[in-house]
Amino acid sequence: MKTNLNFRRVAVIGAGLTLFRRRMLETPQELAWEASKAALDEAGLDLKDIDCVVIGSAPDAFDGVHMKGEYLAHAGGVKKMVSRVFVGGATGVMVPISAWYHVASGLCEKVLAIAEEKMSPARPHPQSVFKYIWDPITEKPLNPNLIWIFAMEMHRYMHVNKISKEEIALVSVKNKRNALNNPYAQAAANLTVDDILNSEVLVWPVQRLDTSPVSDGAAAMVITSEDVARRHTDTPVWIEGVGWALDNTEWIQRDLYYPRYLEYAARMAYRMAGIENPFKEIDVIEPYDPFDYKELHHIEGLMIAKRGDAPKLLKEGVFDIDGDIPSSPSGGLLGVGNPIAAAGLMKTISIYWQLKGTAGKMQVKKPVHTGLAQAWGDLMQASTVVVMRN
Amino acid sequence: MNGTPLKEEDLKKIHIIKYKPDAKYSYTAGQAYSKFLAGLKEKKIIGRKCNKCGRVYVPPRMYCDDCFKPTDEWIEVKDEGIVETAVASYISWTRERLEKPEIVGVIRLFPSRDNDWVFPGIFHRICVDLEQVKDMSVFGKKVKAVWNEERIGSVNDIECFKVVE
Repeated sequence: MKTNLNFRRVAVIGAGLTLFRRRMLETPQELAWEASKAALDEAGLDLKDIDCVVIGSAPDAFDGVHMKGEYLAHAGGVKKMVSRVFVGGATGVMVPISAWYHVASGLCEKVLAIAEEKMSPARPHPQSVFKYIWDPITEKPLNPNLIWIFAMEMHRYMHVNKISKEEIALVSVKNKRNALNNPYAQAAANLTVDDILNSEVLVWPVQRLDTSPVSDGAAAMVITSEDVARRHTDTPVWIEGVGWALDNTEWIQRDLYYPRYLEYAARMAYRMAGIENPFKEIDVIEPYDPFDYKELHHIEGLMIAKRGDAPKLLKEGVFDIDGDIPSSPSGGLLGVGNPIAAAGLMKTISIYWQLKGTAGKMQVKKPVHTGLAQAWGDLMQASTVVVMRN
Repeated sequence: MNGTPLKEEDLKKIHIIKYKPDAKYSYTAGQAYSKFLAGLKEKKIIGRKCNKCGRVYVPPRMYCDDCFKPTDEWIEVKDEGIVETAVASYISWTRERLEKPEIVGVIRLFPSRDNDWVFPGIFHRICVDLEQVKDMSVFGKKVKAVWNEERIGSVNDIECFKVVE
Protein backbone atom coordinates (compact mmCIF):
# COMPACT_ATOMS: atom_id res chain seq x y z
CA MET A 1 0.00 0.00 0.00
CA LYS A 2 1.51 3.32 -1.07
CA THR A 3 -0.06 6.43 0.40
CA ASN A 4 0.39 10.06 -0.41
CA LEU A 5 1.56 11.37 2.95
CA ASN A 6 0.95 15.05 2.16
CA PHE A 7 -2.36 15.35 3.90
CA ARG A 8 -3.61 17.68 6.61
CA ARG A 9 -3.72 16.65 10.26
CA VAL A 10 -7.16 15.55 11.40
CA ALA A 11 -8.62 15.64 14.92
CA VAL A 12 -11.65 14.33 16.77
CA ILE A 13 -13.19 16.94 19.05
CA GLY A 14 -16.60 15.55 19.98
CA ALA A 15 -18.64 12.38 20.17
CA GLY A 16 -22.10 11.23 21.15
CA LEU A 17 -23.91 7.96 21.71
CA THR A 18 -27.46 6.87 22.43
CA LEU A 19 -28.26 3.97 24.69
CA PHE A 20 -27.78 0.66 22.89
CA ARG A 21 -30.96 -1.35 23.46
CA ARG A 22 -33.33 -3.77 21.85
CA ARG A 23 -36.61 -2.21 20.62
CA MET A 24 -35.97 1.47 21.14
CA LEU A 25 -38.96 3.77 21.11
CA GLU A 26 -37.19 6.36 18.93
CA THR A 27 -37.16 6.18 15.14
CA PRO A 28 -33.81 5.72 13.36
CA GLN A 29 -33.83 9.44 12.52
CA GLU A 30 -34.46 10.40 16.15
CA LEU A 31 -31.67 8.13 17.37
CA ALA A 32 -29.24 9.61 14.83
CA TRP A 33 -30.31 13.13 15.82
CA GLU A 34 -29.68 12.46 19.51
CA ALA A 35 -26.17 11.14 18.84
CA SER A 36 -25.38 14.05 16.48
CA LYS A 37 -26.60 16.64 18.97
CA ALA A 38 -24.50 15.12 21.75
CA ALA A 39 -21.40 15.07 19.52
CA LEU A 40 -21.86 18.72 18.48
CA ASP A 41 -22.40 19.73 22.13
CA GLU A 42 -19.16 18.06 23.19
CA ALA A 43 -17.32 19.75 20.32
CA GLY A 44 -18.85 23.13 21.17
CA LEU A 45 -20.11 23.56 17.60
CA ASP A 46 -23.50 24.28 16.07
CA LEU A 47 -24.88 22.39 13.13
CA LYS A 48 -24.48 25.52 10.96
CA ASP A 49 -20.69 25.22 11.46
CA ILE A 50 -20.56 21.77 9.85
CA ASP A 51 -19.40 21.58 6.20
CA CYS A 52 -19.86 17.90 5.36
CA VAL A 53 -21.76 14.95 6.76
CA VAL A 54 -20.83 11.28 6.46
CA ILE A 55 -23.52 8.70 7.20
CA GLY A 56 -22.92 5.02 7.85
CA SER A 57 -25.54 2.33 8.04
CA ALA A 58 -25.65 -1.40 7.27
CA PRO A 59 -28.19 -2.96 4.86
CA ASP A 60 -31.35 -0.91 4.56
CA ALA A 61 -33.39 -4.01 5.30
CA PHE A 62 -32.67 -3.85 9.04
CA ASP A 63 -34.45 -0.59 9.73
CA GLY A 64 -37.13 -1.51 7.21
CA VAL A 65 -36.47 1.80 5.42
CA HIS A 66 -34.95 1.86 1.97
CA MET A 67 -32.35 4.50 0.95
CA LYS A 68 -31.35 5.05 4.55
CA GLY A 69 -28.59 7.52 3.66
CA GLU A 70 -31.11 10.12 2.50
CA TYR A 71 -33.46 9.20 5.34
CA LEU A 72 -30.80 9.64 8.04
CA ALA A 73 -29.50 12.84 6.45
CA HIS A 74 -32.25 14.61 8.39
CA ALA A 75 -30.07 14.15 11.47
CA GLY A 76 -27.75 16.95 10.34
CA GLY A 77 -27.23 16.76 6.61
CA VAL A 78 -29.98 18.89 5.09
CA LYS A 79 -28.49 21.47 2.67
CA LYS A 80 -25.00 20.01 3.19
CA MET A 81 -22.54 17.75 1.38
CA VAL A 82 -23.70 14.30 2.47
CA SER A 83 -22.32 10.89 1.57
CA ARG A 84 -23.19 7.43 2.83
CA VAL A 85 -20.60 4.72 3.24
CA PHE A 86 -21.41 1.03 3.49
CA VAL A 87 -19.01 -1.89 3.80
CA GLY A 88 -21.19 -4.25 5.84
CA GLY A 89 -20.10 -4.62 9.46
CA ALA A 90 -16.92 -2.69 8.67
CA THR A 91 -19.06 0.44 8.09
CA GLY A 92 -18.79 1.81 11.63
CA VAL A 93 -15.05 2.43 11.29
CA MET A 94 -15.35 3.38 7.59
CA VAL A 95 -17.42 6.39 8.74
CA PRO A 96 -14.55 8.09 10.63
CA ILE A 97 -12.14 7.01 7.87
CA SER A 98 -14.34 8.72 5.28
CA ALA A 99 -14.67 11.79 7.51
CA TRP A 100 -10.87 11.73 7.87
CA TYR A 101 -10.26 11.98 4.14
CA HIS A 102 -12.87 14.69 3.77
CA VAL A 103 -10.70 16.79 6.11
CA ALA A 104 -7.23 15.42 5.27
CA SER A 105 -7.73 16.28 1.60
CA GLY A 106 -8.51 19.89 2.42
CA LEU A 107 -12.08 19.61 1.14
CA CYS A 108 -13.80 20.22 4.50
CA GLU A 109 -12.95 21.82 7.84
CA LYS A 110 -15.64 20.31 10.04
CA VAL A 111 -17.32 16.97 9.42
CA LEU A 112 -20.16 15.33 11.28
CA ALA A 113 -19.86 11.53 11.13
CA ILE A 114 -23.06 9.62 11.96
CA ALA A 115 -23.75 5.90 12.24
CA GLU A 116 -27.12 4.37 13.02
CA GLU A 117 -28.77 0.97 13.07
CA LYS A 118 -32.13 -0.23 14.26
CA MET A 119 -32.14 -3.99 13.96
CA SER A 120 -35.02 -5.01 16.19
CA PRO A 121 -37.99 -4.03 13.96
CA ALA A 122 -37.47 -7.06 11.68
CA ARG A 123 -39.95 -9.90 12.27
CA PRO A 124 -39.79 -12.67 13.25
CA HIS A 125 -36.07 -12.03 13.68
CA PRO A 126 -33.42 -9.88 11.93
CA GLN A 127 -31.76 -13.19 11.10
CA SER A 128 -34.19 -13.68 8.19
CA VAL A 129 -33.09 -10.41 6.57
CA PHE A 130 -29.61 -11.85 6.22
CA LYS A 131 -30.80 -14.47 3.76
CA TYR A 132 -30.41 -11.97 0.95
CA ILE A 133 -26.68 -11.49 1.36
CA TRP A 134 -25.84 -14.99 0.11
CA ASP A 135 -25.14 -15.98 -3.48
CA PRO A 136 -28.61 -16.63 -4.92
CA ILE A 137 -27.47 -19.62 -6.99
CA THR A 138 -24.79 -21.51 -5.11
CA GLU A 139 -25.65 -20.69 -1.48
CA LYS A 140 -29.22 -19.54 -0.91
CA PRO A 141 -30.80 -22.88 -2.01
CA LEU A 142 -29.24 -24.45 1.12
CA ASN A 143 -31.34 -22.13 3.34
CA PRO A 144 -28.39 -20.74 5.29
CA ASN A 145 -28.67 -18.53 8.34
CA LEU A 146 -26.01 -15.93 8.92
CA ILE A 147 -24.50 -17.58 11.99
CA TRP A 148 -23.50 -20.55 9.81
CA ILE A 149 -20.57 -18.73 8.26
CA PHE A 150 -19.27 -17.38 11.55
CA ALA A 151 -19.58 -20.80 13.15
CA MET A 152 -17.63 -22.24 10.20
CA GLU A 153 -14.94 -19.61 10.62
CA MET A 154 -14.79 -20.06 14.40
CA HIS A 155 -14.51 -23.85 14.09
CA ARG A 156 -11.77 -23.60 11.45
CA TYR A 157 -9.86 -21.14 13.69
CA MET A 158 -10.24 -23.50 16.68
CA HIS A 159 -9.14 -26.51 14.63
CA VAL A 160 -6.04 -25.00 13.01
CA ASN A 161 -4.77 -23.37 16.22
CA LYS A 162 -6.02 -26.05 18.66
CA ILE A 163 -8.08 -23.59 20.69
CA SER A 164 -10.83 -24.70 23.07
CA LYS A 165 -14.28 -23.21 23.58
CA GLU A 166 -13.30 -22.37 27.17
CA GLU A 167 -10.41 -20.21 25.97
CA ILE A 168 -12.69 -18.35 23.56
CA ALA A 169 -15.48 -17.87 26.13
CA LEU A 170 -13.06 -15.79 28.21
CA VAL A 171 -13.50 -12.97 25.68
CA SER A 172 -17.23 -12.85 26.35
CA VAL A 173 -16.63 -12.93 30.11
CA LYS A 174 -14.13 -10.06 29.85
CA ASN A 175 -16.18 -7.84 27.55
CA LYS A 176 -19.51 -8.26 29.31
CA ARG A 177 -17.73 -7.49 32.59
CA ASN A 178 -16.08 -4.37 31.11
CA ALA A 179 -19.52 -3.24 29.96
CA LEU A 180 -20.64 -2.94 33.59
CA ASN A 181 -18.66 0.34 33.58
CA ASN A 182 -20.39 1.59 30.44
CA PRO A 183 -23.57 3.63 30.97
CA TYR A 184 -24.71 2.97 27.36
CA ALA A 185 -24.43 -0.84 27.53
CA GLN A 186 -27.18 -3.33 26.80
CA ALA A 187 -25.64 -6.69 27.73
CA ALA A 188 -23.35 -5.94 30.68
CA ALA A 189 -23.03 -8.87 33.08
CA ASN A 190 -20.75 -10.64 35.48
CA LEU A 191 -20.61 -14.11 33.95
CA THR A 192 -18.37 -17.15 34.18
CA VAL A 193 -17.01 -19.35 31.42
CA ASP A 194 -19.55 -21.97 32.50
CA ASP A 195 -22.43 -19.53 31.92
CA ILE A 196 -21.25 -19.09 28.33
CA LEU A 197 -20.77 -22.82 27.77
CA ASN A 198 -24.24 -23.56 29.21
CA SER A 199 -26.08 -21.02 27.08
CA GLU A 200 -28.33 -22.04 24.18
CA VAL A 201 -26.47 -23.63 21.27
CA LEU A 202 -27.27 -21.68 18.10
CA VAL A 203 -24.91 -23.13 15.51
CA TRP A 204 -22.25 -25.29 17.13
CA PRO A 205 -19.67 -24.06 18.16
CA VAL A 206 -21.51 -20.72 18.51
CA GLN A 207 -23.70 -20.42 21.62
CA ARG A 208 -25.96 -17.53 22.52
CA LEU A 209 -23.53 -15.89 24.95
CA ASP A 210 -20.72 -16.18 22.38
CA THR A 211 -22.61 -13.57 20.34
CA SER A 212 -23.65 -9.95 20.65
CA PRO A 213 -27.36 -9.11 21.03
CA VAL A 214 -29.83 -7.59 18.55
CA SER A 215 -29.66 -3.84 19.16
CA ASP A 216 -30.81 -0.38 18.17
CA GLY A 217 -28.61 2.64 18.58
CA ALA A 218 -26.71 5.53 17.06
CA ALA A 219 -23.30 7.15 17.39
CA ALA A 220 -21.77 10.36 16.07
CA MET A 221 -18.42 12.11 15.98
CA VAL A 222 -17.17 15.57 15.05
CA ILE A 223 -13.97 15.42 13.02
CA THR A 224 -12.10 18.60 12.09
CA SER A 225 -8.92 20.14 10.71
CA GLU A 226 -6.07 21.04 13.07
CA ASP A 227 -6.89 24.78 13.05
CA VAL A 228 -10.48 24.21 14.11
CA ALA A 229 -9.46 21.65 16.73
CA ARG A 230 -6.94 24.03 18.31
CA ARG A 231 -9.61 26.74 18.55
CA HIS A 232 -12.16 24.49 20.21
CA THR A 233 -10.29 22.20 22.58
CA ASP A 234 -7.08 21.78 24.54
CA THR A 235 -7.33 18.01 24.25
CA PRO A 236 -7.81 17.05 20.60
CA VAL A 237 -7.32 13.41 19.67
CA TRP A 238 -5.56 12.92 16.35
CA ILE A 239 -6.44 10.37 13.70
CA GLU A 240 -2.95 9.32 12.66
CA GLY A 241 -3.51 6.20 10.59
CA VAL A 242 -6.36 4.72 8.60
CA GLY A 243 -6.55 1.49 6.66
CA TRP A 244 -9.10 -0.63 4.88
CA ALA A 245 -9.05 -3.69 2.67
CA LEU A 246 -11.25 -6.32 1.09
CA ASP A 247 -10.52 -10.00 0.46
CA ASN A 248 -12.27 -12.24 -2.09
CA THR A 249 -16.02 -12.57 -1.65
CA GLU A 250 -15.88 -16.31 -2.37
CA TRP A 251 -15.32 -17.16 1.28
CA ILE A 252 -15.86 -20.83 0.34
CA GLN A 253 -12.60 -20.84 -1.57
CA ARG A 254 -10.57 -19.18 1.17
CA ASP A 255 -8.95 -20.51 4.32
CA LEU A 256 -10.94 -19.02 7.18
CA TYR A 257 -8.53 -19.37 10.09
CA TYR A 258 -6.73 -16.05 9.63
CA PRO A 259 -8.18 -12.63 8.65
CA ARG A 260 -5.81 -11.73 5.82
CA TYR A 261 -7.95 -8.71 4.82
CA LEU A 262 -7.36 -7.23 8.27
CA GLU A 263 -3.60 -7.67 8.07
CA TYR A 264 -3.62 -5.61 4.84
CA ALA A 265 -5.80 -2.91 6.42
CA ALA A 266 -3.65 -2.81 9.58
CA ARG A 267 -0.40 -2.56 7.60
CA MET A 268 -1.77 0.48 5.79
CA ALA A 269 -2.82 2.19 9.04
CA TYR A 270 0.44 1.32 10.85
CA ARG A 271 2.55 2.65 8.00
CA MET A 272 0.67 5.94 8.05
CA ALA A 273 0.93 6.23 11.85
CA GLY A 274 4.59 5.16 11.86
CA ILE A 275 3.95 2.05 13.95
CA GLU A 276 6.53 -0.70 13.51
CA ASN A 277 5.78 -2.96 16.44
CA PRO A 278 2.05 -2.87 17.23
CA PHE A 279 2.41 -5.00 20.38
CA LYS A 280 4.81 -2.48 21.93
CA GLU A 281 3.47 0.76 20.50
CA ILE A 282 -0.29 0.49 20.91
CA ASP A 283 -1.72 1.11 24.39
CA VAL A 284 -5.41 0.30 24.07
CA ILE A 285 -7.52 -1.43 21.41
CA GLU A 286 -11.13 -1.91 20.41
CA PRO A 287 -11.13 -4.86 18.00
CA TYR A 288 -14.50 -5.78 16.49
CA ASP A 289 -16.19 -8.48 18.59
CA PRO A 290 -19.67 -9.42 17.32
CA PHE A 291 -18.62 -12.96 18.35
CA ASP A 292 -16.10 -13.77 21.07
CA TYR A 293 -13.71 -15.73 18.79
CA LYS A 294 -13.68 -12.74 16.48
CA GLU A 295 -11.84 -10.52 18.97
CA LEU A 296 -9.01 -13.11 19.12
CA HIS A 297 -9.04 -13.55 15.34
CA HIS A 298 -8.75 -9.79 14.93
CA ILE A 299 -6.01 -9.34 17.54
CA GLU A 300 -3.98 -11.79 15.42
CA GLY A 301 -4.89 -10.03 12.15
CA LEU A 302 -3.79 -6.74 13.74
CA MET A 303 -0.43 -8.45 14.40
CA ILE A 304 -0.71 -7.64 18.11
CA ALA A 305 -0.43 -11.40 18.75
CA LYS A 306 1.17 -14.08 16.58
CA ARG A 307 -1.17 -16.42 14.73
CA GLY A 308 -2.86 -18.68 17.28
CA ASP A 309 -1.35 -16.86 20.28
CA ALA A 310 -4.18 -14.45 21.17
CA PRO A 311 -5.95 -16.92 23.54
CA LYS A 312 -2.71 -17.42 25.48
CA LEU A 313 -2.18 -13.67 25.94
CA LEU A 314 -5.84 -13.28 26.91
CA LYS A 315 -5.46 -15.92 29.61
CA GLU A 316 -2.36 -14.15 30.92
CA GLY A 317 -4.45 -10.99 31.38
CA VAL A 318 -2.71 -8.90 28.70
CA PHE A 319 -6.10 -7.74 27.33
CA ASP A 320 -7.79 -7.09 30.68
CA ILE A 321 -8.79 -3.55 31.59
CA ASP A 322 -5.69 -3.35 33.83
CA GLY A 323 -3.50 -5.35 31.44
CA ASP A 324 -0.68 -4.30 29.09
CA ILE A 325 -3.03 -3.78 26.12
CA PRO A 326 -6.61 -3.42 27.37
CA SER A 327 -8.93 -4.78 24.68
CA SER A 328 -12.56 -3.63 24.37
CA PRO A 329 -12.53 -1.61 27.63
CA SER A 330 -15.95 -0.27 26.54
CA GLY A 331 -17.38 -3.79 26.73
CA GLY A 332 -17.37 -4.15 22.97
CA LEU A 333 -20.27 -5.43 20.92
CA LEU A 334 -20.62 -8.42 23.27
CA GLY A 335 -21.22 -6.11 26.22
CA VAL A 336 -22.48 -2.81 24.83
CA GLY A 337 -24.59 -4.23 21.99
CA ASN A 338 -24.43 -4.48 18.23
CA PRO A 339 -26.40 -1.94 16.19
CA ILE A 340 -23.99 -2.76 13.37
CA ALA A 341 -22.69 0.55 11.97
CA ALA A 342 -23.26 2.38 15.27
CA ALA A 343 -21.29 -0.35 17.09
CA GLY A 344 -18.17 0.23 14.96
CA LEU A 345 -18.35 3.97 15.52
CA MET A 346 -18.96 3.33 19.24
CA LYS A 347 -15.60 1.48 19.28
CA THR A 348 -13.87 4.47 17.67
CA ILE A 349 -15.57 6.79 20.18
CA SER A 350 -14.45 4.55 23.04
CA ILE A 351 -10.81 4.96 21.94
CA TYR A 352 -11.33 8.72 21.53
CA TRP A 353 -12.66 9.00 25.11
CA GLN A 354 -9.80 6.81 26.41
CA LEU A 355 -7.20 9.05 24.75
CA LYS A 356 -8.96 12.20 25.89
CA GLY A 357 -9.14 10.83 29.44
CA THR A 358 -12.91 11.23 29.69
CA ALA A 359 -13.92 7.57 29.62
CA GLY A 360 -15.11 7.76 33.25
CA LYS A 361 -15.46 4.35 34.85
CA MET A 362 -14.34 2.77 31.55
CA GLN A 363 -10.97 4.57 31.68
CA VAL A 364 -8.14 2.03 31.60
CA LYS A 365 -5.70 2.02 34.49
CA LYS A 366 -2.47 2.84 32.66
CA PRO A 367 -1.71 6.07 30.83
CA VAL A 368 -2.59 5.74 27.13
CA HIS A 369 -1.25 7.61 24.11
CA THR A 370 -1.96 5.37 21.10
CA GLY A 371 -5.22 3.54 20.51
CA LEU A 372 -6.81 1.53 17.75
CA ALA A 373 -10.37 0.75 16.69
CA GLN A 374 -11.31 -1.82 14.08
CA ALA A 375 -14.40 -3.20 12.39
CA TRP A 376 -15.14 -6.05 10.04
CA GLY A 377 -17.94 -7.26 7.84
CA ASP A 378 -19.60 -8.07 4.53
CA LEU A 379 -19.19 -11.77 3.72
CA MET A 380 -16.33 -11.97 6.23
CA GLN A 381 -13.92 -10.12 3.95
CA ALA A 382 -13.94 -6.36 4.66
CA SER A 383 -11.97 -4.66 7.40
CA THR A 384 -11.38 -1.10 8.53
CA VAL A 385 -8.79 0.24 11.02
CA VAL A 386 -8.24 3.62 12.69
CA VAL A 387 -5.17 4.53 14.78
CA MET A 388 -5.47 7.56 17.07
CA ARG A 389 -3.10 9.46 19.39
CA ASN A 390 -3.50 12.19 21.97
CA MET B 1 -29.26 9.64 29.28
CA ASN B 2 -30.33 9.65 25.65
CA GLY B 3 -32.65 7.03 24.23
CA THR B 4 -35.73 5.33 25.65
CA PRO B 5 -35.97 1.53 25.60
CA LEU B 6 -39.45 0.00 25.32
CA LYS B 7 -40.85 -1.70 28.40
CA GLU B 8 -42.05 -5.29 28.35
CA GLU B 9 -45.73 -4.24 28.60
CA ASP B 10 -45.29 -1.88 25.64
CA LEU B 11 -44.54 -4.91 23.49
CA LYS B 12 -48.01 -6.34 24.08
CA LYS B 13 -49.60 -3.39 22.32
CA ILE B 14 -47.12 -3.52 19.46
CA HIS B 15 -48.55 -2.77 16.04
CA ILE B 16 -46.97 -4.98 13.41
CA ILE B 17 -46.93 -3.93 9.77
CA LYS B 18 -46.77 -6.92 7.44
CA TYR B 19 -45.77 -6.18 3.92
CA LYS B 20 -44.92 -8.54 1.15
CA PRO B 21 -43.08 -6.65 -1.55
CA ASP B 22 -44.02 -7.62 -5.08
CA ALA B 23 -40.38 -8.19 -5.90
CA LYS B 24 -39.53 -11.23 -7.96
CA TYR B 25 -36.14 -11.90 -9.42
CA SER B 26 -35.06 -13.77 -12.52
CA TYR B 27 -31.43 -14.24 -11.61
CA THR B 28 -29.00 -14.81 -14.44
CA ALA B 29 -26.59 -17.63 -13.77
CA GLY B 30 -24.11 -16.26 -16.31
CA GLN B 31 -21.75 -18.38 -18.36
CA ALA B 32 -19.82 -19.86 -15.46
CA TYR B 33 -22.66 -20.83 -13.15
CA SER B 34 -24.78 -22.06 -16.09
CA LYS B 35 -22.11 -24.57 -17.03
CA PHE B 36 -21.64 -25.43 -13.32
CA LEU B 37 -25.37 -26.11 -12.85
CA ALA B 38 -25.56 -28.12 -16.11
CA GLY B 39 -22.58 -30.14 -14.85
CA LEU B 40 -24.32 -30.95 -11.56
CA LYS B 41 -27.16 -32.48 -13.57
CA GLU B 42 -24.61 -34.97 -14.94
CA LYS B 43 -22.93 -35.59 -11.55
CA LYS B 44 -19.97 -33.44 -12.51
CA ILE B 45 -18.43 -30.52 -10.62
CA ILE B 46 -17.18 -28.03 -13.19
CA GLY B 47 -14.69 -25.23 -12.52
CA ARG B 48 -12.62 -22.71 -14.45
CA LYS B 49 -8.86 -22.61 -14.47
CA CYS B 50 -6.50 -19.67 -14.87
CA ASN B 51 -3.42 -20.94 -16.64
CA LYS B 52 -1.35 -17.94 -15.56
CA CYS B 53 -1.57 -18.47 -11.79
CA GLY B 54 -2.92 -22.03 -11.85
CA ARG B 55 -5.94 -21.20 -9.70
CA VAL B 56 -9.00 -23.39 -10.13
CA TYR B 57 -12.28 -21.63 -9.44
CA VAL B 58 -15.10 -23.75 -8.04
CA PRO B 59 -17.74 -22.31 -8.07
CA PRO B 60 -16.43 -21.20 -11.48
CA ARG B 61 -15.64 -17.65 -12.57
CA MET B 62 -15.04 -16.28 -16.05
CA TYR B 63 -12.14 -14.11 -14.92
CA CYS B 64 -9.28 -14.42 -12.45
CA ASP B 65 -9.33 -11.97 -9.51
CA ASP B 66 -5.57 -11.96 -9.10
CA CYS B 67 -4.42 -11.91 -12.72
CA PHE B 68 -7.38 -9.75 -13.80
CA LYS B 69 -7.72 -11.58 -17.08
CA PRO B 70 -10.20 -14.13 -18.43
CA THR B 71 -9.84 -17.63 -17.03
CA ASP B 72 -8.65 -20.07 -19.70
CA GLU B 73 -10.40 -23.41 -19.59
CA TRP B 74 -13.21 -25.50 -18.18
CA ILE B 75 -12.01 -28.15 -15.81
CA GLU B 76 -13.82 -30.97 -14.06
CA VAL B 77 -12.78 -31.41 -10.44
CA LYS B 78 -13.51 -34.49 -8.36
CA ASP B 79 -16.70 -34.81 -6.34
CA GLU B 80 -14.36 -35.72 -3.49
CA GLY B 81 -12.45 -33.54 -1.10
CA ILE B 82 -11.36 -32.75 2.43
CA VAL B 83 -13.57 -31.26 5.15
CA GLU B 84 -12.13 -27.83 5.95
CA THR B 85 -14.75 -26.87 8.49
CA ALA B 86 -18.09 -28.19 9.73
CA VAL B 87 -20.81 -26.85 12.04
CA ALA B 88 -24.14 -28.04 13.45
CA SER B 89 -27.05 -25.61 13.18
CA TYR B 90 -29.78 -25.80 15.81
CA ILE B 91 -31.67 -22.87 14.28
CA SER B 92 -33.42 -22.28 10.96
CA TRP B 93 -32.78 -19.26 8.75
CA THR B 94 -35.59 -17.46 10.57
CA ARG B 95 -34.02 -18.39 13.93
CA GLU B 96 -36.62 -21.00 14.84
CA ARG B 97 -35.37 -23.92 16.91
CA LEU B 98 -34.65 -27.10 14.88
CA GLU B 99 -35.44 -30.54 16.30
CA LYS B 100 -32.51 -32.16 14.56
CA PRO B 101 -29.40 -30.05 13.99
CA GLU B 102 -28.37 -29.52 10.39
CA ILE B 103 -24.72 -30.17 9.62
CA VAL B 104 -23.00 -28.04 7.01
CA GLY B 105 -19.47 -27.09 6.13
CA VAL B 106 -16.89 -26.34 3.49
CA ILE B 107 -15.17 -29.02 1.43
CA ARG B 108 -11.86 -28.40 -0.32
CA LEU B 109 -12.24 -30.36 -3.54
CA PHE B 110 -9.54 -32.39 -5.30
CA PRO B 111 -7.25 -31.68 -7.01
CA SER B 112 -5.91 -29.20 -4.40
CA ARG B 113 -3.20 -29.23 -1.76
CA ASP B 114 -3.40 -29.13 2.05
CA ASN B 115 -1.76 -25.73 2.35
CA ASP B 116 -3.64 -23.93 -0.45
CA TRP B 117 -4.94 -20.63 0.88
CA VAL B 118 -7.38 -20.39 -2.02
CA PHE B 119 -8.85 -23.63 -3.37
CA PRO B 120 -11.75 -25.06 -5.37
CA GLY B 121 -14.39 -25.40 -2.69
CA ILE B 122 -18.01 -26.18 -2.08
CA PHE B 123 -20.31 -25.16 0.73
CA HIS B 124 -22.78 -27.96 1.46
CA ARG B 125 -24.43 -30.35 3.88
CA ILE B 126 -22.19 -33.01 5.38
CA CYS B 127 -23.84 -36.28 6.45
CA VAL B 128 -21.90 -37.14 9.55
CA ASP B 129 -22.60 -37.71 13.24
CA LEU B 130 -23.04 -34.70 15.48
CA GLU B 131 -20.31 -36.02 17.77
CA GLN B 132 -17.74 -35.93 14.97
CA VAL B 133 -18.54 -32.26 14.43
CA LYS B 134 -18.37 -31.46 18.14
CA ASP B 135 -15.04 -33.20 18.73
CA MET B 136 -13.76 -31.88 15.38
CA SER B 137 -12.76 -35.38 14.23
CA VAL B 138 -14.55 -34.76 10.91
CA PHE B 139 -11.98 -32.07 10.06
CA GLY B 140 -9.48 -33.32 7.50
CA LYS B 141 -11.65 -36.34 6.64
CA LYS B 142 -12.08 -37.34 3.01
CA VAL B 143 -15.67 -36.97 1.79
CA LYS B 144 -17.55 -37.74 -1.43
CA ALA B 145 -20.75 -36.28 -2.88
CA VAL B 146 -23.98 -38.27 -2.53
CA TRP B 147 -25.94 -37.42 -5.69
CA ASN B 148 -29.72 -37.35 -5.88
CA GLU B 149 -31.41 -39.69 -8.39
CA GLU B 150 -33.40 -36.83 -9.81
CA ARG B 151 -31.31 -33.82 -10.73
CA ILE B 152 -32.50 -30.46 -12.01
CA GLY B 153 -29.29 -28.44 -12.23
CA SER B 154 -29.13 -27.03 -8.68
CA VAL B 155 -26.69 -27.26 -5.79
CA ASN B 156 -29.41 -29.37 -4.17
CA ASP B 157 -28.70 -32.10 -6.77
CA ILE B 158 -26.13 -33.16 -4.22
CA GLU B 159 -27.84 -34.60 -1.14
CA CYS B 160 -24.77 -34.14 1.03
CA PHE B 161 -21.12 -35.10 1.36
CA LYS B 162 -20.36 -38.44 3.04
CA VAL B 163 -17.15 -39.54 4.77
CA VAL B 164 -15.38 -42.17 2.66
CA GLU B 165 -12.36 -43.09 4.72
